[in-house]
Amino acid sequence: MGDLSNKPGRLQRAPENFLTEEQVKAVGAGRRDFMRKSFLAASAAMMAPVAARAVEGDPEILNLPPWSTTLGLPVATNPYGQPSKYESQLLRRESPGLTRVGGASVSFAPLQGLFGIITPSGLHFERHHQGWHDVDPARHRLMINGSDPAFLKKPKVYTMDQLMRLPSVSRIHFIECGANTGLEWGNVAVPTVQYTHGMLSCSEFTGVPLKLLLEDCGVDYKKARYVLAEGADGSSMTRTIPMEMVENGEVLVAYGMNGEMLRPENGYPLRLVVPGVQGVSWVKWLRRIEVGDKPYATKDEAVHYIDLMPDGLHRQYTSVQECKSVITTPSGGQRLLEQGFYNVSGLAWSGRGKVTRVDVSFDGGINWKTARIEGPVQNKALTRFNVDWVWDGKPAILQSRAMDETGYVQPSYGQLRAVRGTKSIYHNNAIQSWKIVESGEVSNVQVL
Amino acid sequence: MSRFSKSILALAALAVSSGAFAFDNYKGLGRQATQAEVAAWDIDVRPDFKGLPKGSGDVQKGNDLFEEKCASCHGSFGESNEVFTPLIGGTTQDDIKKGRVGGFVTGDIPQRTTFTKVATISTVYDYIYRAMPWTAPKSLKPDEVYAILAYFLNLAEIVPGDFVLSDKNIAEVQQKMPNRNGMTTNHGMWPGPSAAKGGIGNGGKPDVKNVACMKDCKKEVRIGSVLPDYARTAHGNLEDQNRSFGPVRGVRTIEGEAAAAKAPAQSPELALANANACMACHGLSNKVVGPGYNEIQARYKDQADAPDRLFAKVKAGGQGVWGSVPMPPNGHVKDEDIKTLVKWILSGAK
Repeated sequence: MGDLSNKPGRLQRAPENFLTEEQVKAVGAGRRDFMRKSFLAASAAMMAPVAARAVEGDPEILNLPPWSTTLGLPVATNPYGQPSKYESQLLRRESPGLTRVGGASVSFAPLQGLFGIITPSGLHFERHHQGWHDVDPARHRLMINGSDPAFLKKPKVYTMDQLMRLPSVSRIHFIECGANTGLEWGNVAVPTVQYTHGMLSCSEFTGVPLKLLLEDCGVDYKKARYVLAEGADGSSMTRTIPMEMVENGEVLVAYGMNGEMLRPENGYPLRLVVPGVQGVSWVKWLRRIEVGDKPYATKDEAVHYIDLMPDGLHRQYTSVQECKSVITTPSGGQRLLEQGFYNVSGLAWSGRGKVTRVDVSFDGGINWKTARIEGPVQNKALTRFNVDWVWDGKPAILQSRAMDETGYVQPSYGQLRAVRGTKSIYHNNAIQSWKIVESGEVSNVQVL
Repeated sequence: MSRFSKSILALAALAVSSGAFAFDNYKGLGRQATQAEVAAWDIDVRPDFKGLPKGSGDVQKGNDLFEEKCASCHGSFGESNEVFTPLIGGTTQDDIKKGRVGGFVTGDIPQRTTFTKVATISTVYDYIYRAMPWTAPKSLKPDEVYAILAYFLNLAEIVPGDFVLSDKNIAEVQQKMPNRNGMTTNHGMWPGPSAAKGGIGNGGKPDVKNVACMKDCKKEVRIGSVLPDYARTAHGNLEDQNRSFGPVRGVRTIEGEAAAAKAPAQSPELALANANACMACHGLSNKVVGPGYNEIQARYKDQADAPDRLFAKVKAGGQGVWGSVPMPPNGHVKDEDIKTLVKWILSGAK
């Protein structure tokens, strides 16, 4: 067989591919007798039970598998369906050493194996500030009040029963932690796309526009220009949101996620959805909305989620997730099986609106090719792109570069660092590079 | 235009100018919050001190409270980097004078502590009051928060040892916060209107500009950084983090027996210890803030009354057996769970 068979982890070739290129040429030249000898050689190399039939084809086809020859399981064997037992590898995972307390930590979504744009709810990334709870929906309340009585005619309390009777909308949006890719500001630090970009998920959220609730309480938009959102967990997380986003109707008080209720780790039974804004503003276990006339400088706007610049100042109230993309297949820590055709696939998103174009480079950014975007493209949602590629076995550096409807083009590491340095922790939206070497191994590199 | 039309327009203009519109729009949904309800939940404190409760506390009281309720995670002087990033340190008298932490300007700051970063003292008050201590949030009274904050300010050499912090003088202390002038909002990443229009920042203007060049965009590819060897293996066997079929496989980063050995399943007791935040301060076989469970087992294993004594210590807290760092009381853990955990620790905590 060809020399590829000696590579570690090489797949066993299907019987119909057992000929080397030289042998194929020999067959093509009319030496049919040679073919029979090769069949016998291939048969001898196979496992005993199938050896006799290998001449005829793939044993997986010739020997019927049990699922074709026995009775399957009845309905509702799993009342809440689970992934196949063969799918045990793709889990949300922690990055060792990143944090020391599991209650104030992160688990990353396994982007390297996901398809399309919707993140399975059980694989949605987690970020908790003081642990998570499974909140009893019968005991949960949402309060809306004003920092000043003049800002709101009537402070109100809503139960889940009441919130779920109100007119609802369903929208698909991405959520990305402001610190996503934060480990990589200074240098390459983690091996796979799960850890470089996995604080990212996308779901269909169902809920009530916050605008509807504020107006139901008689908000005075002229006076109240900010909203404070607060959680019901121990940390009672708080974040400031501009009233313009509420007035636009895009901020939702959501209870549904991908057709079911929110998962506890994602804020069951109620969370805020603030499209395009970093995840910390999507307050989970939402218990209170306060309307006010000034921003609040909460802990997560004054101690964390502030971006250190080279001049020593911290940027405060940085909230928008700017346009970004990443190739997920192939990506760091993976290995191409062999030369030939691959569908290179990835995700693009922008906190400023729709993704309009994604370009992909195979030579580290010298030349680019526009990828196919899988539509329909949603506003402030993950967008899947694909591009054809034939790997010739030579080293390559893969990159993707997204553009959004404002005309903004995702920057390189060099461009981003020239302005922001390497210590800002948050909002790293640089172009990601994956290097492929002759063995097929893909690794994380940074191209300036 | 008729007089009638004019009056309609005038009414409409009035409605717009006062921002008035209909409310209570959904019959039967939502009810007025009572004053007591709003008071119970509306605990936020703004930089202009709107929402700040009345009260006061002194440095010494704060020192005592901190030692009792906070030091197990933060260290006696708020300096610990064991469980959370340090609270105090990295600020100078010059910083207090200028309101800019010099270490950020020179770039040689060793550790970004809370007090090097935070510009607004209201933030610290608000956060302690709503979220601390770690395992018993919202259990501190306003006077206790003032006292702990006074202790912080003394540790950071912002106020003297006999200082009493209160709602009356907190605005003066704000003028001494070491990084009070260290924030900027001159950026394009606020999702609302610009400062010029009464909001924050520059109205969304990006700070970097790339162009979508397609061909011969540069002469050479400059690699700035590659994955260090230790980082390749630090996240376990990547082969196990990818499908075993499809276009690619995960790279085997751990060879031989180590790769074959599956990570042991977490015991239910360890899950319980994790769920109750015990592991924030204890390791299975190492000291973190409190002693490792192996050390506790070694000390107590031959004592008949150990289960009862340890139960009491977990429940009510304790100090002295393992040094000065106290074990905080754990009122949030169910009695039966404490019993399970103590039994597990005494049997080797596997």
